[in-house]
Amino acid sequence: MSITTLKINGQDVVTESGKTVLAAAKEAGIPIPTLCHLEGISEAGACRLCAVEVKGTPKLMAACVTTVAEGMEVETHTPKLQDYRRMIVELFFAEGNHVCSICVANGNCELQDAAIEVGMDHSRFNYRFPDRGMDLSHSQFGIDHNRCILCTRCVRVCDEIEGAHVWDVGNRGEACYIVSGMDQPWGEVSACTACGKCVDACPTGAIFRKGTTTGEKAGDRAKLEFLVNARDKQEWSR
Amino acid sequence: MDLAELKALAVAEKAKFKPLRVHCCTSTGCQAAQSLEVKNNLAKAIQDKGLGDRAEVVGVGCMGFCGRGPLVQFAHDDQLFETVTPDQAEGIIDVLAGGEADLVKGDPEHPFFSRQFHIVRKNSGNINPDRIEDYIAVGGYQSLYKALFEMSPAEVVAEVTASGLRGRGGGGFPTGIKWATVAKMPEGQKYVICNGDEGDPGAFMDRSVLESDPHLVLEGMAIAAYAVGANHGYIYVRAEYPLAIQRLETAIKQAKRYGILGSQIFDSPFDFKIDIRIGAGAFVCGEETALIHSIEGKRGNPRPRPPYPAQDGLWHCPTLINNVETYGNISAIIEKGSAWFSGIGTEKSKGTKIFALTGKIRNNGLIEVPMGITLREIVEEMGGGVPDGEIKAVQTGGPSGGCIPAYLLDTPVDYDSLTKVGSMMGSGGMVVMDTGTSMVEVAQFYMDFCQEESCGKCVPCRAGTVQLHAMLTRLLKKQATLADLETMEQLCYMVKEMSLCGLGMTAPNPVLSTLQYFRSEYEELLQPLPTMPENHALSV
Repeated sequence: MSITTLKINGQDVVTESGKTVLAAAKEAGIPIPTLCHLEGISEAGACRLCAVEVKGTPKLMAACVTTVAEGMEVETHTPKLQDYRRMIVELFFAEGNHVCSICVANGNCELQDAAIEVGMDHSRFNYRFPDRGMDLSHSQFGIDHNRCILCTRCVRVCDEIEGAHVWDVGNRGEACYIVSGMDQPWGEVSACTACGKCVDACPTGAIFRKGTTTGEKAGDRAKLEFLVNARDKQEWSR
Repeated sequence: MDLAELKALAVAEKAKFKPLRVHCCTSTGCQAAQSLEVKNNLAKAIQDKGLGDRAEVVGVGCMGFCGRGPLVQFAHDDQLFETVTPDQAEGIIDVLAGGEADLVKGDPEHPFFSRQFHIVRKNSGNINPDRIEDYIAVGGYQSLYKALFEMSPAEVVAEVTASGLRGRGGGGFPTGIKWATVAKMPEGQKYVICNGDEGDPGAFMDRSVLESDPHLVLEGMAIAAYAVGANHGYIYVRAEYPLAIQRLETAIKQAKRYGILGSQIFDSPFDFKIDIRIGAGAFVCGEETALIHSIEGKRGNPRPRPPYPAQDGLWHCPTLINNVETYGNISAIIEKGSAWFSGIGTEKSKGTKIFALTGKIRNNGLIEVPMGITLREIVEEMGGGVPDGEIKAVQTGGPSGGCIPAYLLDTPVDYDSLTKVGSMMGSGGMVVMDTGTSMVEVAQFYMDFCQEESCGKCVPCRAGTVQLHAMLTRLLKKQATLADLETMEQLCYMVKEMSLCGLGMTAPNPVLSTLQYFRSEYEELLQPLPTMPENHALSV
């Protein structure tokens, strides 16, 4: 195993070569907020929350898709980054209909966690109040598009881990939404194995098990990492 | 076919040209103004007047002066006729035969034409784009032959690098370095892509090049493929350009028939085939990684770079991707050498650039000018200035660029100078605005475009452009406060720095540049501060 040494927030970090800055920071105990990242599936680089400053480049780099390099100097929590992160979380809240008090994921929501982490207590942007609808046609699960942040974790987990590719993204820009099957009701998608991985992958309350009510969606987000490790490395315990 | 045969064909084709050639523009713009009927009537008039043995009418590509189309020009003495109608055809042939007629004559010596320098558009308006023989007659495909038989791939790359050519799609990345990167990748399947997904509002340079001289682009691509070791190319053209697609299809078919594309080109071991892929109209597909996804049949979403397409591109193979105009320069660089090319333009921006000059200006159309020419020369001398009124700003770079105020018109047109004043070269749109234009409305227009065209993958662009547009709309309704203006500016910087691809990174530029130069217009639109009503007594 070859190793790479770098500096994160002035702290010397040694990590396996080829890892991402995000993984290296996690190993070193430096938390970088993320939303579209999920252990066990590929990276999208879409939420931009994990952007960090790297010395020598004027561009901000998404830590989840930036590979560590020897001698790299990374700053993860400068005031500018914190400002931008807060603004992104505000945009998320303003874009959908995120009403924590009546949400299945209340208390167990990554968007909520991110808001707390970046200190967002109100949004400076006007709420859009979109009418996105929901799909309850599946016998076990439901999807409420109003709570979707388009992180595409469900898309990737279904495609990469379950191999069913039930989900994809339709339309563009603000009108983007998660489609099931050939843009048909979820319950009619024959490819769906009802495995529930998308429920666990969903960072918010957008995809949920039927019958859960406010604050009851606990989620098991480490399950995917466990599944991948079990398959790839034959590690059957966790 | 070898070089001698190619040259013989060129001579033979040239000999077939009749002494009096009447060029009639058949590009999209002129076609919309009945130029095909004009052409038919011209041909009929030639026959009727018994000039058939020494005169002919040729449907050519774009002549540039699109605002005054349809255009007809005599090849032998450059006489130019503007806004020709089908019933004027007879009169034009009378003039050709030495007579007189009441026609709108253009001035081929006008700065609009005389200040131009043609490299990419050298054949535009001079040859029939539907005939490969016309292209061969003006020396076409000889550069490809030269590259294949007289130069090694490394020498071709070195020549392009030495020429100083930079990408004409807007970014301005040195073309030679891109080529060298792909060439250095290990041997195996590689691809060459031509990006013809031109989408900036008001820009139509690439369409014109593809419509007027498709073989020039094919030749540039073939030379590029030889240089980097690729055997397969794609031209990605947007579906809104049906004429360009049709002419490319014809051109590819004809080139294959002559053995200039396909297997064993010019009987050498080099194979290269080109396929056309048609875009479905998403602006973001002009971004290289989104374009590659689109060719692969996937959703046209960009992905984070690195890895760059040069390392990991189409179907994960090393891929060279350049703009139409960039490929249009290659043949001339190989033919005349890098020293000739680098003698044109400025120190860091070599060669020429085509601009689509539009907006509040007398002379609308396409111009190819050497880099380093000032905006004032383009707008005032070539463009003839604003019809009635004064120039306020020039917008370059489309939705990614910015508005340059009138007092900065002496800025030279090159990549670095335009970036310095808060705009960018962009793909070549140049929109002139007069004093009657509200800059906030301009910013709102471009933001509307960006929010519509955002792919929706990353949050800063998807939600940020929507909020920026909403804020600008509120401002125009005089409902915004000073705090809103400040938030808007902060949001601009966030979207610029945090977005995933070029679309989001540049989307706030129209707002930022108008804020920089025309801030007072924004401030005038702020919500009036509440005033104390009259007769209102404060009760303590």
